[in-house]
Amino acid sequence: MKKLPWWLRDLMYLAVFVAILLGITYGLDAVASVYPVMRYYNRILAMIGINITLAVSLNIINGHAGQFSLGHAGFMGVGAYMSAALTFYTFAPIVAKYPEGSMQAWIAQNGLFLVAILAGGLVAAIAGYLVGLPSLRLRGDYLAIVTLGFGEIIRVIILNVDKVGAARGFSGIPTWANFFWVYFFCVMTILISIRLVASSVGRAFLAIREDEIAANAMGVDTTRFKVKAFVIGSFLAGVAGALFAHYPPAYLNPTAFTFLRSFDLVVMVVLGGLGSISGSIVAAVVLTYLQEGLRAFSEYRMVVYSLVLIILMRTRPQGLLGRRELWDFLPKRKDTTAPERDSGPAVD
Amino acid sequence: METILQNLLNGIALGSIYALIALGYTMVYGILKLINFAHGDVFMVGSYAGFYAGNALMKQSNHPSVVHLALVMLTSMLACAMLGFTIERVAYRPLRNAPRIASLITAIGVSFFLEYGGQLVFGPDPKFFPTLLDKQVLHFGSVTTTNYQLIVLGVAIVVMGVLQWIVFGTKFGRAMRAVSFNFETAALMGIPVDRVISLTFILGSTLAAVGGILFSLSYPKIDPLMGVLPGLKAFVSAVLGGIGNVPGAVVGGIVIGIIEAFVGGSPLSSWRDAITFVILILILLFRPSGLFGKYQAEKV
Repeated sequence: MKKLPWWLRDLMYLAVFVAILLGITYGLDAVASVYPVMRYYNRILAMIGINITLAVSLNIINGHAGQFSLGHAGFMGVGAYMSAALTFYTFAPIVAKYPEGSMQAWIAQNGLFLVAILAGGLVAAIAGYLVGLPSLRLRGDYLAIVTLGFGEIIRVIILNVDKVGAARGFSGIPTWANFFWVYFFCVMTILISIRLVASSVGRAFLAIREDEIAANAMGVDTTRFKVKAFVIGSFLAGVAGALFAHYPPAYLNPTAFTFLRSFDLVVMVVLGGLGSISGSIVAAVVLTYLQEGLRAFSEYRMVVYSLVLIILMRTRPQGLLGRRELWDFLPKRKDTTAPERDSGPAVD
Repeated sequence: METILQNLLNGIALGSIYALIALGYTMVYGILKLINFAHGDVFMVGSYAGFYAGNALMKQSNHPSVVHLALVMLTSMLACAMLGFTIERVAYRPLRNAPRIASLITAIGVSFFLEYGGQLVFGPDPKFFPTLLDKQVLHFGSVTTTNYQLIVLGVAIVVMGVLQWIVFGTKFGRAMRAVSFNFETAALMGIPVDRVISLTFILGSTLAAVGGILFSLSYPKIDPLMGVLPGLKAFVSAVLGGIGNVPGAVVGGIVIGIIEAFVGGSPLSSWRDAITFVILILILLFRPSGLFGKYQAEKV
């Protein structure tokens, strides 16, 4: 068979991927309309997808570039509120012009939703740039405090803007997010993250993580790459926030994006292994599920999380998986002609 | 004019509490180059220790007096000193040679452990700090003050004087400065580095306890998360003054307190909690070494 040009091949993959996701989405909807209790599980499934997106994007900052951000929920909040304001005030009236259930309405809704998601990500990325630039010029620990403070700034700003509900919370956001959108961006985030580490930019991230001074001496513009990692991570957090805002019940609360939420995400990344993409995914799935399953013990959750962190740092500071990926444990195929995958710098 | 003076006075009173907390941040950072995230929560524990000690005392004799206040403060200082020692011993010491990010994560873990452990032990709902001393309002012309504010100022000045003497006038202080200058050389010169670090944590936590009692005297509603914001603001104060610099932390704390009092008294009062972090970002942009800090290049 003749080899297809790369763009055609990628387009084909994308089409197959979209078709599969759409199939699952409509399948889940159909099941939920028969058994309403499935809506609850659908929501957990969507929250898992959103948390995977958040954990993998935080892993780019914390795990790959070795910078410590405690404001990921803040960037998520920026994306959530930005996109929600956009759809609520501008896009929903446009969609409402078309007859309900028509093809045009469907296209307008999903097209505009994509715009809103990307806008949410973009604004979060800008916020990330503004916060990251001053703190990343300096030593890493400042970032932790500045991002912690940033979450507080976001909360105060939201409380002071009546258009997005201030302290009442923002309700009435169109419920446009579904399984398709959540997992589309979830898989995209994972792909971006995997490709990023293998790229020259990703190599620069790893160099900074291993030794900032040495990286600098080797000609890596450390500040530029640190800010780059931070902006990419914030963008994806904003995207996740936009999806969260539009997933039913589509209600935003200013207290939902404080450092508590960020801490949840940090625990996911650290537990899975700083720098391990599959580790973050597994930790996000398990911890999100536990959070729902163990609602009765929610008051102990934070105590247990913090103890886990302290003990983990003393006994296994690289996290459960370390920097390895799940697929590194698979037996290698012998007949492959491709060069062996470089499994990152030899540390540990 | 009166409002300016009034805000200034309120600001200095609040700022001296921030300064007391900031001193703990700055001393630990000076020695270990570690942001001790749990410091704000040590402040919270100090306040709760005072709460229980105060209630026990009030059961004995229900007459608010300065003696009560002094006893409560001593108890709280003792409790926090033990807490600070334990935190360093259990959480930070095993990581002394670990990568920096591991100590940072541990510090955050300890902080959350104290906050949410506090919610389990003390209960998540706010409690009211006992009135250890009758409040008296004093008038100086058109400026009003309370005996609370005067006590805060007085205690803060005395404590800072003692600290200044410890750091610059005693053998321990000299050892402390040597360790913060260079860890390994200090050890080679026969300074017991571990003991100095333990004592630094004890000293810092004691100051946080004083801050906690003074804070709860003026703002009697205490809860397990009360340490978060004052802790962050104190950290900003320490950065403003130049982290690692003892007099700088005091000046930074008072400046942050005054700014907050003025913003709180203006139409922008609902932005009060955000302004501190805007200041932090501005310092990091324009003068990252703070007002009194020296710029130091990182060495291998």
